[in-house]
Amino acid sequence: MNLPPRIAALVRRSRRRLPLGWRQLRHDRGRLAVALAGIAFANVLMFTQLGFQAALYDANTLLNRTLVAELVLLSPKAQNLQSLSTFPRRRLLQARDVPGVADGQGLYLQNLSWRNPQTRRNATVQVLGVDPDARVLNLPELNRQRDRLKLTDTVLFDRLARGPYAETIALLEQGQSVSTEAERRSLTIAGLFSLGASFGADATLVMGDQTLLRLFPHRDPGSLSLGLLRLEPGVDPRRAAAAVQRHLPEDVRVLTLADYVRFEESYWRTASPIGVIFGLGTAMAFLVGVVIVFQVLTTDVNAHLGEYATFRAMGFRQRYLLLVVVEQALVLAALGFLPGAALQLGLYALAARATALPIAMTAPRALLVFGLTLLMCLASGAIASRRLQAADPAELF
Amino acid sequence: MVAIAGLEHHFGTGPLRRRVLDGIDLEIHAGEIVLLTGPSGSGKTTLLTLIGGLRSAQAGSLRILGRELKGAGPKQLTLARRRHGYIFQAHNLHRSLTALENVRMALELDGSLDADAMAERAGAMLAAVGLDAHRQAYPGQLSGGQKQRVAVARALVSAPPLVLADEPTAALDSHSGREVVGLMQRLAREQGCTILMVTHDSRILDVADRIVAVEDGRLSPR
Repeated sequence: MNLPPRIAALVRRSRRRLPLGWRQLRHDRGRLAVALAGIAFANVLMFTQLGFQAALYDANTLLNRTLVAELVLLSPKAQNLQSLSTFPRRRLLQARDVPGVADGQGLYLQNLSWRNPQTRRNATVQVLGVDPDARVLNLPELNRQRDRLKLTDTVLFDRLARGPYAETIALLEQGQSVSTEAERRSLTIAGLFSLGASFGADATLVMGDQTLLRLFPHRDPGSLSLGLLRLEPGVDPRRAAAAVQRHLPEDVRVLTLADYVRFEESYWRTASPIGVIFGLGTAMAFLVGVVIVFQVLTTDVNAHLGEYATFRAMGFRQRYLLLVVVEQALVLAALGFLPGAALQLGLYALAARATALPIAMTAPRALLVFGLTLLMCLASGAIASRRLQAADPAELF
Repeated sequence: MVAIAGLEHHFGTGPLRRRVLDGIDLEIHAGEIVLLTGPSGSGKTTLLTLIGGLRSAQAGSLRILGRELKGAGPKQLTLARRRHGYIFQAHNLHRSLTALENVRMALELDGSLDADAMAERAGAMLAAVGLDAHRQAYPGQLSGGQKQRVAVARALVSAPPLVLADEPTAALDSHSGREVVGLMQRLAREQGCTILMVTHDSRILDVADRIVAVEDGRLSPR
């Protein structure tokens, strides 16, 4: 083998040193198993917290990300999808005058209390009112059935909705239609599409804009929730957004689609306590891990104080013992992370099914949790290494 | 080799301050085997830890292998210890390491050997103490005498000029004790090293070139 001299020297040095920390850990299998279980547990807690946090952000921008638009118009008072407020429909028409803007579509969003067709109980769902002739959502299954929305009081339903809808969905999958009622009107569910639940909305209904205006007679047809602008090919969305914003009065806000997704996400990050809750949960999991690993490492140091004192007597430095504890911390972090991450793959699948939220393992999150695990083990090692002072060779004789 | 003059040592502070060593003068020459005897509490173990650099000296002069240990800092004491071999009352082997690895640990301190050379030297040393067949045994699988022989191999494998032993036979039956001391004597002669041994064991007094008695913190002539 021809290694560069520096690496060859490093290999020689690492071969010279016995992996004492690992040998000690391996010697006591019971303690090792407890340590690894503890770390895996802390890992699972962290993964779960971070997973739910990410799912919250992802789920709450699902609808935003499926909009067919380069630019989005919304009210300056808008906070999130559930409280968008409205702006005058006229702005949409004015925006189309701006060079580069090809087309514009309006969207009505409402919360609707309807009767769950399966349980016959009242439930709140999110309703989208769209022009049946326009492709406003990037959902092929939905777009194939858009013609049905031209029928009065006919709606399409999200099969990934959260809640007791399994039987309803099964009937619809068989091609039957299901009827229910809302606002004292009878509604017909004519088909399904796939979007997904969010923390803000358990279920989503899509209906024709005329049906929506009939269901909500007090809603002004001239007030839109969202405006979707398509640009001509090759037009830069950022510049176009600025141009449209300049052209329109201040009662409407113009965002690129990417900025609109970020706007939704930042609402959940800052205005909702959920980010803080999951952040705190992750911190607690981290602390639990520190305590567990600290216990294990301290017990190990205490169990080997005599041997450590002997090494000190033989002329090993305190630093050597510190290195043993650090080695143990790193080995525990690496070995504990693997079962933790493997277990989490299964738990994510379970959680995704139980909550209808888009939860899955991602490489950046796995890296983050591994980094936190390393940090957790090193912090525990740093505290546990204080016990090394008790390894006094003068007490040996 | 060892030159001690006017060495004093106290334990405790204030009203609890107690003198354990008082005006010790002692010279040990290269290759000598010196036994240190005396009743418990006489200060002989304290003297051994001071010579071994396991404790820092408080007053007097303590020249070990040509270096003054009085006033030496923790770092210098650590370095001084690398030139000594230690054998303890209990074997003090590391229970997670095999016999071979326990002996090898003493060689890791000496930066000149690579992994293969260390394994070879440690193996040869184990063979010299008659444990060639037990290289891969863990301390838990060895008898008391065998463990103490591994400890002797560990103390001597780096050929230290000075070996310090504290009651190395106390935990052994008379046969194994005799064997261990005989081994120390033979290997020390071969390597030309000096041995200072604290012992109560009257059965092994005959290996000594000189016997020094300690009583109430002073050396008493015999």
